Formats: sequence, structure tokens, C-alpha cells
Amino acid sequence: MSTQIQRPSEDATQAGVFPVVEPGHTFATITEKISAIIVRRGTPLWWLAGFLMAFGIMNVMLMAIGWLFYKGTGIWGVNIPVGWGFAIVNFVWWIGIGHAGTLISAILFLLKQSWRNSINRFAEAMTLFAVMCAGLFPLIHTGRPWLAAYWLFPVPLTMGVWPQFRSPLIWDVFAVSTYFTVSLLFWFVGLVPDLASLRDHAPRRWQRMIYGMLAMGWRGSARHWVRYDAAYLILAGLATPLVLSVHTVVSFDFAVSLVPGWHTTIFPPYFVAGAIYSGFAMVMILAIPIRSLYGLKDMITMRHLENSAKLMLATGLIVGYGYAVEAFMAWYGNNKFEWFLTGNRLFGPYKYFYWALLASNIVVPQVFWSKKVRTSTFCLFIISCVILVGMWLERFIIVVVSLHRDFVPSAWGHYTPTRYDWAIFIGTLGMFTTFMLLFLRTLPAISIAEMKLLLPEAEVKHVEVEHA
Amino acid sequence: MKHPSVFGYLAEFETPTELVEAAEKVYAEGYRKIDTYSPFPIEAASEAIGFHHSRLPLIVLIGGLTGLASAFAMQYWVSVIDYPINVGGRPFNSWPSFIIVCFELTVLFSAISAVIGMFALNGLPMPYHPVFNVQRFIDASKDGFFLVIEATDPKFDGEATGSFLKTLSPAGVWEVPY
Repeated sequence: MSTQIQRPSEDATQAGVFPVVEPGHTFATITEKISAIIVRRGTPLWWLAGFLMAFGIMNVMLMAIGWLFYKGTGIWGVNIPVGWGFAIVNFVWWIGIGHAGTLISAILFLLKQSWRNSINRFAEAMTLFAVMCAGLFPLIHTGRPWLAAYWLFPVPLTMGVWPQFRSPLIWDVFAVSTYFTVSLLFWFVGLVPDLASLRDHAPRRWQRMIYGMLAMGWRGSARHWVRYDAAYLILAGLATPLVLSVHTVVSFDFAVSLVPGWHTTIFPPYFVAGAIYSGFAMVMILAIPIRSLYGLKDMITMRHLENSAKLMLATGLIVGYGYAVEAFMAWYGNNKFEWFLTGNRLFGPYKYFYWALLASNIVVPQVFWSKKVRTSTFCLFIISCVILVGMWLERFIIVVVSLHRDFVPSAWGHYTPTRYDWAIFIGTLGMFTTFMLLFLRTLPAISIAEMKLLLPEAEVKHVEVEHA
Repeated sequence: MKHPSVFGYLAEFETPTELVEAAEKVYAEGYRKIDTYSPFPIEAASEAIGFHHSRLPLIVLIGGLTGLASAFAMQYWVSVIDYPINVGGRPFNSWPSFIIVCFELTVLFSAISAVIGMFALNGLPMPYHPVFNVQRFIDASKDGFFLVIEATDPKFDGEATGSFLKTLSPAGVWEVPY
């Protein structure tokens, strides 16, 4: 939390830019409004209904996983030549969604984009839950998760077997687990002052006890804040290269191989852009209902939604450039397998998927050029859903379409997901929603301390340095 | 004159500006064992009480270098010494392939040292602190801005310090018991 923060200036409001916080808030009303949601108000009906539904869907996933552990991966649609099916598609999709949280909390922090202050908390939570959903797939994708321990991690065993550090798959394990840990630390550090606030102001004793234990005795001392700010800045500086590295390493899983459609240098940048693209779409899908259901339109304003739409437009164009370069390099590289694959994407058995992908990732988001669309919550919500579907299709195209036509026609095959594939995929959506709802019910969804920095009163008016 | 039964004197101010002005006056008066408490970071307040630097970046640097060294040592030991396997004719010590794990563990160790270092230097977790004995202090996490002069300060003089604080036009002054 930098103290050199740019507060929303009056000139900006006059120029037709939406404010970051609606006027009329004081330090006390910010604390009261955000903490009332979790400690004073009862559990809303929509919350209970949503939770029951999401928890039910999550349990379907758990049953499917139980059956998977019992029977093995034969219950999935994967086979040779398509050995990587839904598990990898979903893994890459979820990890990508997880990127927006750290982008908002770290990169926008370093760039002093103070509008991030009201959306970073729940975007970070979204990152954690998305990475949890993603991490599930590498653990279960062999159907034998107890073996994954020594396949994935360097664990000293009497067998004397170690992972192979020249493989991108092992790099991925380190990248994803580091990303999860650093995101969790970042999120927790940001929460501590707010937990202290809840400890001091929650109405019930048991609430004060629980939040008090989590707050660890935080008392807002100036010396503590100096170190806190230093730690926060360092974490932001560390998380920035990290967030760019995670999807880069994920793309290495493909790009380091020799499979046509995977073996390309455009993968790292366009994976990262696609990750941020889908992540912001998920932020929109969460922010739009949260701000109206909890009455937080004065804190998550149209400014946040519009800026996110602009970011989606920009990253979407980078993704479009990535598709164009893939096709161009396949032609220019003069490799007949690469060129065959490009034609196969456009006109092969999965052609509808590819055309749907182009429509939902490239064509539809162009409506964001219009300010009217960027400031309509309905349009934003629908287009964000379209983008998420498009990004899922992109990973499906990359994984399945590249694999189903092997080099020799006798090895060609087809991939159809089974109901267990679907149950686990849909189930992770339930798991994500369950965790998100629990987070909204128990922790402050907007950073109380950082919101106060946005108020004009937070500024120290005069600074007189006359040390005797 | 020391008051062993008293932690110090606590004054409350209504705005960050008043807090910083008061802290500057207290510092100018010669008090050094002082601290301010606020619901959000105020850079001017920490400057006013004469606290600028933190050793945290050094701790993070050491943590990061430890991560880097252990990542390379682990990969070298596994791939060259304990389990050398010929993969695609590449050398056992294929250091370019080790860069990513080195990077990840550097970031991981740095981040963990930053968080643990920050809490350790702050002396947290600390379940008890005397300032919480003043009922009004709960607002330090909401909209109250507090200044404390601790009894261990050589210039601290019980009542005199209390009445000095009252001259700074605070919203209230309290004796902080242990």
C-alpha cells in the first residue's frame, strides 16, 4: 500500500470519468459497510441457495473422482493418440483464470493504479480458488494420486527415484505451487489489518475471538506499517515476474515438445495474454453480481468495470495476434505437418470449435470499443461469459486438435469426453463457487484499509519538518 | 521519574494531519520512545517519529539467494550425482533446463522471508499489548489516530507528559496501564 497513491481528483470526475469511490464515505462508514456484510447481517437467502447448489455440484465431482480412483483413467475419453484430454484443458483454463487476481494485486499496484483497491481482495481470493481447481487436475490426471507425490515432487524415497528436471512438466509443478503459495501469502498479508478491524468491531464475542487470533495482535503501529508497506511492495515486485512466468511455464508443457501446433515460440506471450483475458472475464462475472447483491456499487464503481473491459479488449487483441502468428508461421515455416494442422483446425472434424473460438475470443469482444457496451453491466456479464467459453475452447483446440491427427494417418484418432470428464469439469465450477461463497460470507471482500487510502481525508495536508 | 505500573500516555487525534503535526511536536520536544497508531499507513507519521528504514529488504535478499542456491544444488545433486540419466543426449548438468526451478524457488523463498521477516520484525503474533487496555483504542482500526509516549522514554515524566499531550489539542488523553 503505497502512500504516494493517486487519489481520484475532481478534474477527472468533471471530465466524465467515473469515480473510484462514490462521494460521501468516511473512514468509519467504510469499516462499517464492509464489515457489516460478514459480521452483522444474517445469511442472505440467495447465498444459501447458491451454496447448496454449488456444494451439490462439487459433490458430483467428488463422486466422479472417487470412481476414477477406483477404476482408473479408462473411465475418461482419453486414449492414444489423444492422451491429454479434459484434465489438461481444464488445468490450463483454470490456471489462466487465476492470473487476473495477481495482475490486479501486484502489477496494477506497482503501476499505482489506485482503482484496483476495491477489487483486489476478491480477485486474489478468486486466484487462490482457481489455482486450487487447476491443481486438482495434475493430482488426479493419472487416476493414481498417491503415486503423483513422487512423480511430481522431489521426495526422498528408498526407491532412489527422482524427477527429471529437464522436463517442462516438472517446471510446471514448481511454477504452480510457488504461484499458489505466494498468492496465499500476498492475500493473507493484505487481510491482516482488516482482520484487526473485525476483531475490534465485530458485535459477537466468538467473532472477535476468531478474527483476533487471525489478526495476530495487529495494532496499526507506524513502525509496523513501514515494514508492512515494505513487505507488500516486495511481494508485489516478486509476484509480478511470477505471474508472467506461470503461464509461460504452462505453455512450455506444449511449446518444448515437437507436436505440430505446439512447437511454436509465440506460445508463452499469447498464453499469458490469454490468461489475463480470461481472468478479467471471471473478475467481471464475480464483481457484477457481488456489487449489486451486497449494495457495493459505491465501492466497485463503473470505473472498475470499464477499466476491466478495456484490459480485456487489449489482451483479447494480443490473443488474436497470437492466432494470426501461429497460422503465419505454419505457412512461412514450410513444414507440411504444421500447415496440415492449420487447415485441419479450420476445416477438420473439430472445425466448429475453432470457428466458435474465433467468434467468441476475437469477434464478439470488439464491441468493447463502444463506451455504451463497456458501461452496461448486462453486456459486460454476457460478453465475459462468452470470453470464458472461448478461452476454454482455445485450450481444447490446442490440446485435442493438435493430438488427434498424428504424423502417420494410421495413428489418427478421435476424442470424445465421457460423462466423467464432464462431471469433473462442471464439478470444479461448483467447487470454485462454493469456496467463493464461503469467502464472501466470512472475510471482507473489499480491503478496508486500502479503501481508506482512497479518501481525500487520508491525505496529510501539511508537512512541517522542524526537528529540534 | 519512572512509572513501572504505567506503559505510557495515549492521545487520540481526529485526522491524519493532526496526528502528524502532534507527532512532530512530540519528537521536537525530545521524546523518542513514541509511536503512532492508525487504521492505514501514513508515511508522514513514521517520518515524524523518526522511523525510516527497515531491515526487511536485506532479509528478503538473503532468503532469495538461499532459494536460488538450494534450487540449483538440489537439481545438480539429483541430475548429476544421485540419479544421472541420459535424456536425449543432453549433459547431466543441463543448467539451462534448471533455470526455471531456480527462478521459482528464488521467488518462493523471497516471498516467505518477506512475510515471516515482516511479522518477526514487528514482533507479531503478539496476543497482548498494553495499548489495548484503553477502551477507545479499538478505533485505531477504524477512524482513530493515536499517539503514544512510552514510560521508558528518558524524558517521560508522568503527569507532566500527560499535560504536555493535552496542549496538542487531542480528542482525548489516557494513561495506559499495563
